[in-house]
Amino acid sequence: MGETDVRLDQVTKRFGDVLAVDDLTLQIDQGEFFSLLGPSGCGKTTTLRMIGGFEDPTAGVIHLGGKDVTNLPPYRRNVNTVFQSYALFPHLDVFENVAFGLRRHHVDRQEIKRRVGESLTLVDMPGLERRKPGQLSGGQQQRVALARALVNEPKLLLLDEPLGALDLKLRKQMQLELKRIQKDVGITFLYVTHDQEEAMTMSNRLAVMRHGKIEQIATPEEVYEHPATEFVAGFLGASNLLEGEVKSRHAGVADVVVEGGSTVTVPDASLNGSESRVKIGVRPEKIRLEEDEGEPPSGWNSVRGVLQIATFVGVSHQYTVDGPAGTTLTVYAQNLGSGANVAPGDRVRLLWRPEHTFVVRPSEPLAEWEEEQ
Amino acid sequence: MSGNDRLGRRAAPYLLTMPGMLWLVAFFLAPLVLMVTLSTQTGNLLDGFRQTWHFGIYPQVIWQYQHQFLRSFEYGGAATIIALVVSYPLAYWIAFHGGRRKTTLLFLLILPFFVSFVIRTLAWQFILADDGIVLGALKRWHLLPSGYHALATSTAVISGLAYNFLPFMALPLYVSLERIDRSVVEAAGDLYASGRDVFLRVILPLSLPGVFAGGLLTFVPATGDYVNADVLGGTRNNMVGNAIQREYLEFFHYPAGAAMSTILMVLLLVGIFAYARALGTRSIQEYV
Repeated sequence: MGETDVRLDQVTKRFGDVLAVDDLTLQIDQGEFFSLLGPSGCGKTTTLRMIGGFEDPTAGVIHLGGKDVTNLPPYRRNVNTVFQSYALFPHLDVFENVAFGLRRHHVDRQEIKRRVGESLTLVDMPGLERRKPGQLSGGQQQRVALARALVNEPKLLLLDEPLGALDLKLRKQMQLELKRIQKDVGITFLYVTHDQEEAMTMSNRLAVMRHGKIEQIATPEEVYEHPATEFVAGFLGASNLLEGEVKSRHAGVADVVVEGGSTVTVPDASLNGSESRVKIGVRPEKIRLEEDEGEPPSGWNSVRGVLQIATFVGVSHQYTVDGPAGTTLTVYAQNLGSGANVAPGDRVRLLWRPEHTFVVRPSEPLAEWEEEQ
Repeated sequence: MSGNDRLGRRAAPYLLTMPGMLWLVAFFLAPLVLMVTLSTQTGNLLDGFRQTWHFGIYPQVIWQYQHQFLRSFEYGGAATIIALVVSYPLAYWIAFHGGRRKTTLLFLLILPFFVSFVIRTLAWQFILADDGIVLGALKRWHLLPSGYHALATSTAVISGLAYNFLPFMALPLYVSLERIDRSVVEAAGDLYASGRDVFLRVILPLSLPGVFAGGLLTFVPATGDYVNADVLGGTRNNMVGNAIQREYLEFFHYPAGAAMSTILMVLLLVGIFAYARALGTRSIQEYV
């Protein structure tokens, strides 16, 4: 860990008039599980394809392990790819699929046999060497595709939405498996996905992309708890956003007057140098909902509203609240058996700790095709 | 569900295939049976033919026309190989690099075939004529000896066959190349295969179903063809099709013509089965 494995320097890719990747700079460390996360069309797959050598950047430089590979073809890069459609060779059996890369490097027969066996064991697929890809299930094909890439012991493994075609249960299982395999082999994984949960489950760090640019690079916790932009806040889970104005700053905190007139306290550091107009946010599960009676407890941020909808989803209650100035706020309350005794139409207040408040840079609203993700 | 419904559902496949079946029985099976019976009749056009079940005609025509039979398979095979060698790069280029012009290029490929088969072959006769636009000019510039001729040679017949059946080779090849998943080709590159390896290890094996289908579609009609040998060949290059045509239409010796047609059909069927066993169906099923 610590050593840089992949470095992208001001990489840009244009397809005709379309700017797919816009002046992107990125570093990935040796042994890291790194994800590129974003809606379709955000440039994440193009970025991966440029690192793999399937697309040439319009501008910029790509380094792998300290070596400039910008103009090298895929077969001259010490990188292997797991494709979205698996891309197994349909005319070759499982053994020959996995051995393909080793044969191109003229590894000797005994060695090939040993390494293919090992990598099929690693992905938990022994005993099916003579099957053709057409005779395997989607999950099995996925494992073979993984073994076929890993057997070459690349410095970097690129994974392009590899779990996209699997059903939910299998996907969850493969997520944990991928994480285990990555730990076992210690190879750097660069993972592309539009599934925020998938990215958060597996990654050491992730980059959220939109319109060919990186919105934020950080650990999953950081990206979730302190999203840098409105887009990131909305893309990773539900969030409640309120516009406000910074009134005063003192002792590491700032007071912000939000829509509707309430004053909330936010950590000063999260302002990130924003001047007066800001957008503050809080995750739905961080909020405590209660009847609006008496004074709100001190040390908590508080906003008033009217409960619109209360939904019971088993593990939790979900509340939709009409907040100040026409905003709609969402609250998740874990089902502890002692929830608030409120009904739709009641006046309620929403309480949360100041340290759970984040401040985001405003983004242009989500396009419809982005929301579909 | 009423009993009527169930009956209707069970009858549906038969009703749907009925027109095609009737068509095949009337225009394929019946003539086939007639042809085989005709081959065992004896007689002549004036006195009429009688069914005698005389099979002696078979060894007789095989002996008499052995050269034509051999030549047909030889020319058909050569034409198929030439068509394959010419169309593969063509189909490959259109499938992989045709881009937006794919449809136009495919249209151009089959454009000449909107003109009648016979007219096109006659055009070749015109082009290859001893003092025609090609040979005439080359002779005038002394690039060819004045006695050189292209017509009435086996080369002319084979070239004509290869030309005339080219689309039957090129189109199945194109289809099989076009449907190769591009990410499989990329995966080969990703797994250190050079351009040559990508072709030999991935693209060529995956296009074999097209080679198989194209070979079949070219070889069968080319072997049975008589127009090319008639128009571009001489007396020494005629094929079994020409002999059958002569037996039927010049000598009115119907049993001999029918027997030769039957023999050609059986030989082609046997050949196809051997061919299919060798590289055909098994591998095709495995790919899809």
